[in-house]
Amino acid sequence: MDAITTVLVAMLGGALRVSTPFLFVSLGECLTERAGRINLGNEGVMVFGAMIAYATSYETGSPWLGVLVAAGCGMLIGGLHGLVCGMRGVNDVAMGIAIMLAGTGLAFFFGKPYVQPSAPLLPNIPLGGWADSPQLQNALAVSPLFFLGLAGAFAMAWMFRATRMGLRIRIVGESEDAARALGLPVERMRFLATAAGSGLAGIGGAFLSLCYPASWNEGLSSGQGLMAVALVVFARWNPVHCITAALLFGAAGALGPSLQTIGITWGYYLFYAAPYAVTLAILVATVQPGRTLKGMPGELSIGR
Amino acid sequence: MTTAISVEAIGIDKRFGGFTALDAVSLKVAKGSMHFLLGENGAGKSTLVKCLLGYYRPDAGSFLVDGREVEISRPADADALGLGMVYQHFTLVPAMTVAENLVMSRADVPAVINWAQERVALDAFMRRMPFQVPLDAEVGSLAAGERQKTEILKQLYLERRLLVLDEPTSVLTPQEAEEMLGLVRGLAHSGAITAIVISHKLKEVAKFADEVTVLRRGRRTGGGPAPVLTPADMTAMMIGEPQAPSEPERLGAPEPAPRLELRGVTTVGDQGRAGLEIGSLAVRPREIVGIAGVSGNGQATLVEVLGGQRAPSGGQVLVEGAPYDGSRDLAQARAVRVLPEEPLRNGCVPRMSVTENLNLRGFDRDAGGARCFWLDRGGMVARARRLIGGYRVRAPSAEVPIGVLSGGNVQRCVLARELDGEVRLLIVANPCFGLDVKAVAEVRARIMAARNAGAAVLLVSEDFDEILELADRILVMHGGRVVHETPGPGADAQSIGAHMLGSH
Repeated sequence: MDAITTVLVAMLGGALRVSTPFLFVSLGECLTERAGRINLGNEGVMVFGAMIAYATSYETGSPWLGVLVAAGCGMLIGGLHGLVCGMRGVNDVAMGIAIMLAGTGLAFFFGKPYVQPSAPLLPNIPLGGWADSPQLQNALAVSPLFFLGLAGAFAMAWMFRATRMGLRIRIVGESEDAARALGLPVERMRFLATAAGSGLAGIGGAFLSLCYPASWNEGLSSGQGLMAVALVVFARWNPVHCITAALLFGAAGALGPSLQTIGITWGYYLFYAAPYAVTLAILVATVQPGRTLKGMPGELSIGR
Repeated sequence: MTTAISVEAIGIDKRFGGFTALDAVSLKVAKGSMHFLLGENGAGKSTLVKCLLGYYRPDAGSFLVDGREVEISRPADADALGLGMVYQHFTLVPAMTVAENLVMSRADVPAVINWAQERVALDAFMRRMPFQVPLDAEVGSLAAGERQKTEILKQLYLERRLLVLDEPTSVLTPQEAEEMLGLVRGLAHSGAITAIVISHKLKEVAKFADEVTVLRRGRRTGGGPAPVLTPADMTAMMIGEPQAPSEPERLGAPEPAPRLELRGVTTVGDQGRAGLEIGSLAVRPREIVGIAGVSGNGQATLVEVLGGQRAPSGGQVLVEGAPYDGSRDLAQARAVRVLPEEPLRNGCVPRMSVTENLNLRGFDRDAGGARCFWLDRGGMVARARRLIGGYRVRAPSAEVPIGVLSGGNVQRCVLARELDGEVRLLIVANPCFGLDVKAVAEVRARIMAARNAGAAVLLVSEDFDEILELADRILVMHGGRVVHETPGPGADAQSIGAHMLGSH
């Protein structure tokens, strides 16, 4: 296998792995923002989700239970954010930063005992059985959570299009006046959307500790929760486009490690910065001065 | 189709604290009729219909629907009786399609919406209607007239039998307004609905009303069958004086050399809306150039460019022959003044006091026009007092934040500030929005006085009558371009309206 193929295969595998947490957290952020609220706290939710999933898996021996507990804790933390933001005069960006710091801090505090021990991990689905090359087999060992995320994205798109709940979430996010005229409980719906969104972010965190990189330590999340905000902008608040965005970011994130496999070791940190460079480049390329973003929910506080 | 209902209000009282909004108001609306509710701002029209629709609870009085007394204590009660309202501000969700908006307005939306089935039902519904809107269009992409139609369709879709329309024509072109009121009257006379229209436009009343009720300061001051009432009668009932305020006098002719000139000014478009593309536009001293157009066709952007809130992407803005970018120094040097749209947002600092806001134009200059470092508090207070008195601004005190004043008073404040001192170029956008008849006459007289004193005036207005009354020359904007020009006096409203809608 030549060097380029090796890099591409490694990037494919990397993209499938690295994209999954991006996918979950951006889906969660998408759901929350479509209801008209921003949740920067998802970064904290992810870190806490990673810790609690790992801890649960270690204590009970069931990684799937870990995923569930991470989702549940995510919903609790997101619910707190939703509840506080529902009060008068609370700024959701400031509150999101508080939640982010609190979630990270709590995870580090409770997670200390779990840095050393190794917990049972989520098994991958080997899709590469047909291939001869071990690299390809390795690249195509895909986590079931990835498929769950794909299904979630399409389900969310369907929900926004064809369910009462989805259309109500859109109304609440687009125009509070219209929502009130229809008698919709604006605050309650935002609260629920924030909680559910953070639940998804929690699953993204569980992926970090139970699938890839598959360990719990304090440097686990590197801002995926924050970059989700940019991803959602890139995806134009469309859940299906979140898949594309996550895969692209995943591939960019896999660039550094892939180059290492063929012995390119210079510029290691530079390549690790690729997802952030891509974030910047995409935001610059897709946003034009003097124009509002198409697809942006009207009630989003960055848009007002 | 549904069938219309009759409604009667008997002796409705409504007080807010010590303020009596409605004082024993009675109203009788016949089945299948078009009933106009006339009155100035604050006369109680909106309060009355809000009582009828269950948003307010009257302190006394009762409502009869089809002759039977009904209890309306919540909006849901009004819904159940088939009473619906089309608001002045739209309640449709701009980012959703017409079909989505219609379906979601229903009370019984199923948990999972079967769009194929809904489409069949919606298409069948549309075929029964006297007018159509495209079901798959996003509401945000519709023109104001289409949106208004969609609001009415929504009420019919909900099988409402009585519609209240709150100043439905305020955002429409003359054609759209005529068409829309004609359609509503057609629906009423066919017996499908009864319509109550809130308005202060006497022309509409003369043309479309079956019956009229006039309110002033919370009391019914008159009414009756529309053909019996003359405009003078109705004006007298509305403002308590028999004479409508006279039109301000136009003195002197425009000077030849332009004071404001735009050459090839362009801006970037946004969200499917075209940017500005103005080949040439000139305003001369002692001339009012009126810009007519349906809202959203670039007028607001034009005012932003002239006010320095937005940089053009190309072209030149010249004031007195020299380039002008709206900066503070240039505005002060050339005596350019701007009354922007939404003056509280675009022309005020809401949390600063009335006094401070009234001095925003000149607080940094001393009497001789030189820059000063220390503020002259005494001079600021004196100027504020003079302007508040001269423009009859009603404020609890000059030291309250300007944001607490009513819209009309904010408008007066900004107008007072902008017209104070030497004015060589005046840009005004919708100067009479939300003012009552007397205040409107006063504001228009002041704009005309500024013109007569030699100012060049660019008047952007959605009120077509205002432009006809004030402008020496009328330009029509459509899609960011100036598409039509005509002298003001004797202008043909029909042809201007056609250009506003884009047929040229």
